[in-house]
Amino acid sequence: MRSKLAFAVALSIAAPGLVATPVLAQKQGGTLRVYHRDNLPSGSIHEEATISTVQPFMGVFNNLVLFDQQKPLNTPETIMPDLADSWAWDATKTKLTFKLHPGVKWHDGKPFTAKDVQCTWNKLTGKDPDDFRKNPRAIWWQNLKEVTVDGDLEATFVLNRPQPSFLSMFASGYTPVYPCHVSTKDMRTNPIGTGPFKFVELKRGDSVKFVRNPDYWKKGKPYLDGIDWKVIENRSTRVLAFVAGEFDMTFGTDITIPLLKDINAQAPQAVCELAPSYVSINLIINPKAAPFNDPTIRKAMALALDRKTFIDILSNGKDDISGVMLPPPEGVWGMPPEMLAALPGYSTDIEKSRAEARKIMEGLGYSESKVLKVKVATRNISVYRDPAVILIDQLKKVYIDGELEVVDTSIWHAKVTRGDYSVGLNLTGVSVDDPDVNLYENYSCNSERNLTQYCNKDVDALIDKQSQETDFDKRKKIVWEIERKLAEDLARPIINYQRLATCWQPQVKGFVLHRNSIYNNWRYEDVWLDK
Amino acid sequence: MGAYIVRRLLLMLVTLIGMSILIFVMLRLVPGNITDIIFDSAGFVNPAQKKKIERQLGLDQPIAVQYVNWIGGLMRGDLGYAYVSEKPAIEEIVPRIPVTAKLAALALIFSTLFGVPLGVLSAVRQNTWLDYVLRVFSLSGLSLPAFWLGLLILMACVHWFGWIPIYRSTPESPWQELALLCIPAAAVGFRSSALVMRLTRSSMLEVLRQDYIRTARAKGASETAVNYDHALRNAVLPVVTIIGIEAAFLIGGLIVTETVFNIPGVARFLVEAIRWRDYPIVQNLVMFIAIIVVFVNFAIDMMYAVLDPRIKYEE
Repeated sequence: MRSKLAFAVALSIAAPGLVATPVLAQKQGGTLRVYHRDNLPSGSIHEEATISTVQPFMGVFNNLVLFDQQKPLNTPETIMPDLADSWAWDATKTKLTFKLHPGVKWHDGKPFTAKDVQCTWNKLTGKDPDDFRKNPRAIWWQNLKEVTVDGDLEATFVLNRPQPSFLSMFASGYTPVYPCHVSTKDMRTNPIGTGPFKFVELKRGDSVKFVRNPDYWKKGKPYLDGIDWKVIENRSTRVLAFVAGEFDMTFGTDITIPLLKDINAQAPQAVCELAPSYVSINLIINPKAAPFNDPTIRKAMALALDRKTFIDILSNGKDDISGVMLPPPEGVWGMPPEMLAALPGYSTDIEKSRAEARKIMEGLGYSESKVLKVKVATRNISVYRDPAVILIDQLKKVYIDGELEVVDTSIWHAKVTRGDYSVGLNLTGVSVDDPDVNLYENYSCNSERNLTQYCNKDVDALIDKQSQETDFDKRKKIVWEIERKLAEDLARPIINYQRLATCWQPQVKGFVLHRNSIYNNWRYEDVWLDK
Repeated sequence: MGAYIVRRLLLMLVTLIGMSILIFVMLRLVPGNITDIIFDSAGFVNPAQKKKIERQLGLDQPIAVQYVNWIGGLMRGDLGYAYVSEKPAIEEIVPRIPVTAKLAALALIFSTLFGVPLGVLSAVRQNTWLDYVLRVFSLSGLSLPAFWLGLLILMACVHWFGWIPIYRSTPESPWQELALLCIPAAAVGFRSSALVMRLTRSSMLEVLRQDYIRTARAKGASETAVNYDHALRNAVLPVVTIIGIEAAFLIGGLIVTETVFNIPGVARFLVEAIRWRDYPIVQNLVMFIAIIVVFVNFAIDMMYAVLDPRIKYEE
């Protein structure tokens, strides 16, 4: 059932492209010119949680397995071999064994072995003395007991309990294999991989360069001679530069709806695709800060939200109203709209919801003459500020007088982690469309990236339960039950999921934009230039 | 003169020490430090790991110790390591200086070449249509924000020529570099030349009313000789001052132009380093800019005596 559904969705999304695109012989050569939107923090994918690093650096590495770069949807069915030629679960479903591809070499000429796999996951689980300076996805590997090796070409991941979707996490762009013999510090500044492109140099604030790996173990690939990334922080400048043909591709998801209109008008030859980013705009409420420790106030806030107005203003109605999981058709696990509308705060009858919210607030002693004053904190970036302003306007309807508190972007997470806020507006990206990734990372009690420190043991138990469920439909039901509980608890209410565009010039071939993640399709080994 | 120079040099030293303390303390008064920013791109903060990084970077030491370490390193030519790139700070700073220096020099040449002659012209043709046109021109130069002008230039180039004059890769020849830098230099120089033009005009108008100008004309000197040999030479002192101030400003003040034209120069880098709380970069760059400003001011003071022999520093 699951595979049928995934296949049907994938086909419906991919079919127009498949029918329209003639089969062309790939051409070797040429340098892909892409602009980068900002200064990337480092070249170490494992230490970052931003597309700014994963997009340029994914081509340096290989994973054990990878989501098919040529299919628009990431599902278990689109997981392809990468460094692992094959994989198999044992009978207890707690041992996952990968058979590795022989003859693979790191960019510095040293051989790739199963020890490198073991090393990478030892660092990720804190068992290596040269551990990562930061490890944002440590929670992904909480169920991993150990990694054992058998010779140079076999690595086995031993789990504490069965976790059917464990393999999906290996397929993300965030999960490359690192070499044992290179320190974590060097991986930040001068990364070595086994991938199709070798890192050349990173000039901070200026450019990042990669060249073709002539000894790449996938024969004939990559087609490009190299990839030149140019950092252009000013959005107007970089979009104009793309329009002028200075770049073959925009940075992924850099094009907003209004900019898309400009590009369509000024560079009609450009191919632009609008896709869900799996980045949500969400409301964060500090449950430890009075009066928000009272769940009824939090409920009133949720009832005040008019999500449609948000998406109409922010994206001309293109964004998606959603629960925690990305909604269909691109999202595999999201609730259907009619079910979503039944969740607290999701009613389409906004006036009725707000009347209920006002009633709650009146019960707590608030009224038009006695409003609850609150600071709404957010990062000082327009994609954060704009929805925060709309939020403030909507909260006014339920006797909450918000004042925008723009926080220097560099100290935003430090402030939230300290709990130094009452109400805030945040953006959260999810890298794999799988409940294990989204739910553990953002809502489980022991996750470092659970920003609001929301903790409900019942929800944790349900997250564990769905994680072990092998039947897709049963698992989906549990996920939706969790969704309902999260909505009732107002654990970081999702306002909307953004849709953003990526554009490329017609000479760029072999690139397929993924539709349910922005983090997994930047290997570039299939991309070529038809010049 | 010698005593004056020694006095000025000592004063410069005191100024630089004061600047170093000021920038060091102010940087640390800004909320957050590099560890907050390192964790920001990971979307969380791990307090224990944060403390470990602070210890590695020496940020757990008393501020006075940190200051002494920095100044000690500076004396030895060791600027420390950039926090973000983890490379020696000098390797990050040095390549950017020539880029900004060339842009600033071109902008200064542009502003002087246009500002001074047009200012003179505006003064000698006071209240004529030419004067009005030049005054409108200079006012627009002063009132157009640099980022807006820069974007207009970019949009116009893309629209009419299908080409965008931004800094892409390291230019292969000096001519290519000149071609890349002359448009942003003109954008910056426009504002700067407007300033120079207005100052030259007002200064010239004052001088042109002096008795010795009338005397020069009575002696039969040509208008060119009167305007340029007699009037301009006496009117130029405030203009030189403003050109000097502009030169110092252009080294660190080209943030918007460098951003819009995507030039990998000092000013943009400085702002980025401040945002990242990359102390070694910020401290050393600000000190570098301070040294430039102090020396340019010193050079201007010295130039006064050359331009106007009546100025004697011994007095």
